[in-house]
Amino acid sequence: MHGPARVFVPRETSAVSLGADEVAAEIYASAVARQGDIDLTRNGSWGMSWLEPLVEVVVDGERIAYGPVGPDDVPGLFEAGFLSGGDHPLKLGHTFDIPYLRNQDRWTFRRCGLIDPLSIDEYRAHGGFAGLQTAFRLGPVGVLKEVHASGLRGRGGAAFPTGIKWQTVADAVADRKYIACNADEGDSGTFSDRLLMEGDPFTLIEGMLIAAYAVGASRGYVYLRSEYPLAHSIFTKALAAARENGWLGSNIQGSGLDFDIELHLGAGSYVCGEETAMLESLEGKAGLIRYKPPLPALEGLFGKPTVVNNVVTLASVPEILAQGSEAYAALGVGRSKGTLAFQLAGNIRQGGLVEKAFGVSLRELIEDWGGGTFSGRPLRAVQIGGPLGSYFPAQLLDTPLDYEALAELGGLIGHGGIVVFDDRVDMAQQARFAMEFCAIESCGKCTPCRIGSVRGVEVIDRIVANENRAANLALLQELCDTMVDGSLCAMGGMTPFPVQSALKHFPTDFEESSLVQTQTGVSK
Amino acid sequence: MPKTYDRTIATEIINSFGAKPEMLVQILHAFVDRYSYISETAMRQIADELNISRADVHGVVNFYHDFRTTPPGRHVLRICQAEACQSMGSRELTAHAEQAVGVKLNGTTPDGEITLEPVYCLGNCACSPAVMVDNRVYGRVDKNKFDRLLPRRGH
Repeated sequence: MHGPARVFVPRETSAVSLGADEVAAEIYASAVARQGDIDLTRNGSWGMSWLEPLVEVVVDGERIAYGPVGPDDVPGLFEAGFLSGGDHPLKLGHTFDIPYLRNQDRWTFRRCGLIDPLSIDEYRAHGGFAGLQTAFRLGPVGVLKEVHASGLRGRGGAAFPTGIKWQTVADAVADRKYIACNADEGDSGTFSDRLLMEGDPFTLIEGMLIAAYAVGASRGYVYLRSEYPLAHSIFTKALAAARENGWLGSNIQGSGLDFDIELHLGAGSYVCGEETAMLESLEGKAGLIRYKPPLPALEGLFGKPTVVNNVVTLASVPEILAQGSEAYAALGVGRSKGTLAFQLAGNIRQGGLVEKAFGVSLRELIEDWGGGTFSGRPLRAVQIGGPLGSYFPAQLLDTPLDYEALAELGGLIGHGGIVVFDDRVDMAQQARFAMEFCAIESCGKCTPCRIGSVRGVEVIDRIVANENRAANLALLQELCDTMVDGSLCAMGGMTPFPVQSALKHFPTDFEESSLVQTQTGVSK
Repeated sequence: MPKTYDRTIATEIINSFGAKPEMLVQILHAFVDRYSYISETAMRQIADELNISRADVHGVVNFYHDFRTTPPGRHVLRICQAEACQSMGSRELTAHAEQAVGVKLNGTTPDGEITLEPVYCLGNCACSPAVMVDNRVYGRVDKNKFDRLLPRRGH
């Protein structure tokens, strides 16, 4: 042993929500009490949320993992000699040998969990800024070619080709251009943006620098939801560190590029995740969505050409440039190139983040990685792609997850969130919630969304109460069609997806009394 | 502890954002951080100093869930109501919380200690149900854990 043992305890929302801060404090105090010095690093999470708090110790240059560790487990870990890799019931072996992690295609999240999120030295030692250096070598035109050739599409949910978006902004003539990063990760079941911003924030900064260089932007904005206070704290520090070290500011690393990033907080509005509502909010206004056209790529923030991309989209770019677009495009299937950070959530035994090439099946993710339901009861429904995504029944688990395959089934991958429900779910209640959520979060600009969602709740209530059942079912379908066809944005335009998929796959739940039963607390 | 409203400090906050109207959402956050809510007085002052109408400020304040116009309880408990947490029993947890705290969602206890609120996703969806107490997130919150998280009254 040379020097103090290096110990990692994540400082990441899920780990902290399960006691990581107390575990870190306990480990430090115990080490001091035993007169042993340790080098404690608060890393990001590997995304194995079910093992959090996951404590790692470096032994002979290898990372040995223990988890999930509670504060009460710490004395026992010391007694077992965990600082030198001692055996303990919580010992998981080498971190990289944990099948959950080993079987992934870590690309965008390759450093997440590995490094101290706020150390630029560690970031660079593990390949950080290599993509930006490549960008400077290729020149803006070369970068645009690479991003286009990679086949990268928007990971926020809309899946628009990133290369085309960037090219449009690059071609626009204007005195100022902007990069606006959408970190308003409002979809239930998703946390990949948060995980990256807490665990490897410089990757996002690097991605924004590359985007700025490619399109000629001088200023960037990150719009982060206020529900993520820890991500806000870590990313604020990361911005300061990047500035101090000359990775933000003027003439960055002698390249001639001037670029800085401003971090803005959202204020609890779901619709501000829609790109034009986000731009309004960044301008200090209420998040009312804008008509399109004009496209934000041409008239975006403050009326200037703006690249609006999700966190994971931007964070995928550095590695694409570092390893080459061919390597990225070799992953995935059909027109769904590369990897997606799937997020296993809800009633699942082994929830967390799984970065995997497109084409992996829902069953592989839920059974092989996820280990089935948390409750141990049969799986009944899966919602993919957030509150605007469709519900799938257990019979469709063999669906491969790529943009086109899901679209064929009337679904969408969205931001990659997969929420599992067991057999106690009442799908009429879930459909009602979809309409209710839309009513709460609608920006109010268009009638189909603002009024349609309110009427949707009422009609579902009447169906479940068996009032004019056939007529109300027909009315609900008609209402859904009106919302899909007539809404200005995805909020009203896609709220019918969970509703219609619930009706299609789980019709019996809409029969009389299912809601009544749940309201009195009687499960089926 | 929220502070008493002070016009000079309010001006300082506004000026720290360059007194620019495009910083209104960020300015309102700073006011909530300091004063816990946006008062009518604050709205007037912000409108004056940003040189925009009071209606503009009202419109923004009313649009966003984060900008309350009345003071909350000393502690704010937010229970996630979104799908991932629903799948792990957040509806039952919410019913329990309403009973344990003695107010419905969006209510504040008569002693001003606790405000109970819904929240739509804390991004802790692999460790549901999630609850936020003031600024801290807790995962896998069952009824027992919720009771332990309840701030003790009178502290």
